[in-house]
Amino acid sequence: MEWARRLLAGDASAFTPFVESFQHRIFQYTWLMCGQREDAEEVSQDTLLKIFESFDQLQDPEKVKAWVFRIAKNYCLMKRRKSVFAPERELSLDELLPGAEGESTRTIQVPDSGELPDEQVLRSELSGELEQALRELPEIYRSVVLLRDVEGLSTAETAGVLDLSEDAVKQRLHRGRLALRKRLAAYLGSAGKELTP
Amino acid sequence: MTHSHSHRDPACLEVFARLSEYIDGELPGADCAGIESHVADCPPCVEFIRSLKRCVEVSKGFHSAEDCPPVPPEMEQKLRAAWQAALTRKR
Repeated sequence: MEWARRLLAGDASAFTPFVESFQHRIFQYTWLMCGQREDAEEVSQDTLLKIFESFDQLQDPEKVKAWVFRIAKNYCLMKRRKSVFAPERELSLDELLPGAEGESTRTIQVPDSGELPDEQVLRSELSGELEQALRELPEIYRSVVLLRDVEGLSTAETAGVLDLSEDAVKQRLHRGRLALRKRLAAYLGSAGKELTP
Repeated sequence: MTHSHSHRDPACLEVFARLSEYIDGELPGADCAGIESHVADCPPCVEFIRSLKRCVEVSKGFHSAEDCPPVPPEMEQKLRAAWQAALTRKR
């Protein structure tokens, strides 16, 4: 926000920090939304260019993050329209209930305190599983989870970015989270409770 | 402690449908108390909420393993020029 405020005021020293603070976030979002590295690179560069081309339209630097992701979302949608994609499937609450069919009952073995767990390896494994789970999540849920949980936008900001009602954001977020929890159940059980992201 | 209710009961399904709002602190106090009272004697529900919270925490700290490509110098020039043009329009 501070870098955006300074860029709006014409401070050139804020340019590099602004780009650095957003380029990874934009790339991560476009990568997880587009699914192909080549597409994600193109979309993230298009997004960055659009951000600077329309910087005069940023009304409130406090809302720069939602503004940036709205631009990224629009470019992801344009890219998606040009490609072949599978139809979206609604997730029902029934299939996400505790103990529902398909939930992994496997647990990840963490060594006892005598043999210190290699937490870095476990964190990396969990992060890799989460990335795969995010990529497999139907797009209507993935977009909400990425903006609300991964990027930390509020419900209202997410609704604004995605042109949804706040109730729809809450419903999709919940189903998306439940689907991720189900997919990662083996890592989120009591055996993995000491893991931190 | 025993598992005192079925997860297919309407009351349980209603709780289940609002767990994210509960975790996010977006439910009114009375509704939170209702959920807490509903799951108090159900260890599987408590464990389910714990694992859902854990899942949200992990998502909040997520960083993709995919390397972000650097901005090429010629692209940086384009970005700076676009920013300057936008500022000029604003003035």
